[in-house]
Amino acid sequence: MYAQLVKSTGSGVKSREEMTDQERDFQDKIDADIKIEPRDWMPDDYRATLIRQMGQHAHSEIVGQLPEGNWITRAPTLERKAILLAKVQDEAGHGLYLYSAAETLGVTRDELTEMLLDGRMKYSSIFNYPTLNWADIGAVGWLVDGAAIMNQVPLQRTSYGPYSRAMVRICKEESFHQRQGYDAIRKMAEGTPAQKKMAQDALNRLWYPSLMMFGPSDKDSVHSAQSMAWKIKINTNDELRQKFVDQTVPQIKFLNLEVPDKNLKWNAKRGQHDYTDPDWNEFFDVIKGNGPCNVDRLAARNKAWDDGAWVRDGLMTHAKKKAAAKMAAE
Amino acid sequence: MQNEWPLWEVFIRGQHGMSHRHVGSLHAPDAEMAVKNARDVYTRRNEGVSIWVVEAKHISATAPSDKGPLFEPSESKVYRHPTFFDIPDEVGHM
Repeated sequence: MYAQLVKSTGSGVKSREEMTDQERDFQDKIDADIKIEPRDWMPDDYRATLIRQMGQHAHSEIVGQLPEGNWITRAPTLERKAILLAKVQDEAGHGLYLYSAAETLGVTRDELTEMLLDGRMKYSSIFNYPTLNWADIGAVGWLVDGAAIMNQVPLQRTSYGPYSRAMVRICKEESFHQRQGYDAIRKMAEGTPAQKKMAQDALNRLWYPSLMMFGPSDKDSVHSAQSMAWKIKINTNDELRQKFVDQTVPQIKFLNLEVPDKNLKWNAKRGQHDYTDPDWNEFFDVIKGNGPCNVDRLAARNKAWDDGAWVRDGLMTHAKKKAAAKMAAE
Repeated sequence: MQNEWPLWEVFIRGQHGMSHRHVGSLHAPDAEMAVKNARDVYTRRNEGVSIWVVEAKHISATAPSDKGPLFEPSESKVYRHPTFFDIPDEVGHM
């Protein structure tokens, strides 16, 4: 989910006959659930697609700190503030695990950062929506991290070893994120009528953007087949979206809130909910850069990078001087 | 951006861990900062009681292509395992 619309560079999935011996050995390993490790041979497209996907995933963790960081200083209690701070710090850690894993494929951290900053690489569309009030912070933890878990749990089984291990670490920590969000919004949903109204309003605004996190509908998802054959994508976008809806509806009902979808209903025949798809025009528009916060988010990342340059350079210079002095003394 | 901080590999020994285990990597200007960053990134939930960091460029590793010649010879030496030998029950614990 944190990776949407990851372009694969390949031209469709090759049949076994079309593969070279090396490619066939590689696919056999994947089919046998043997992890691919950094120094193993891999097709160039596998490497390139993974760098895109993991880079986008990492960028999402980092940019995702912005909408929540926005409310750290205005959390309603000291406890909520400490919790939110810990959550946002976790996101920085998640970004780092993923950047580290991506770097094993031969791209540098600075290259990845540059590609985010100049717009060549994307991050999840969800973080281009604003967090207008405290109820939104609850809703983000609950829905956005909930959707993230839905996507990340199967990715623990992904074929690329370092990515898989990063996912295991992340999933261990992610459950705290969703629970703290649900706890925060529950407090409001069970609070005064005004608080309950805020909780409903947050749900109304974040419901469809959360559904968009899984990426476009399967029929419009052109890059899935190869990624699934390589096990860098485990489920289709629509499968995960459906699972998310089915899991979340009872949670909404428990809060006595309304699902903001008039057509949502239980379909006994399918054993799943029928629901309305998000507005895909809005989705593609946000991806293109026209969401409510795209400009702000990138400006904030660029500012942090530029303003921090003297610190990065200073520490590096200091480290080099210290190493030189130590060498001279020996 | 020619001034990228070097990459460090991080090893943590947990509360009940017998040895340090590789947990991931990070960038830092020097060893001291690498330890500080490792503490922030990899021990936020009581994961460790001791941290080692080593600059990634100092690690030598076996090549994936050497896997066969290096490790297959041990597969045929089952007698290295104690269960290979039948010891009669009457002998008692051994």
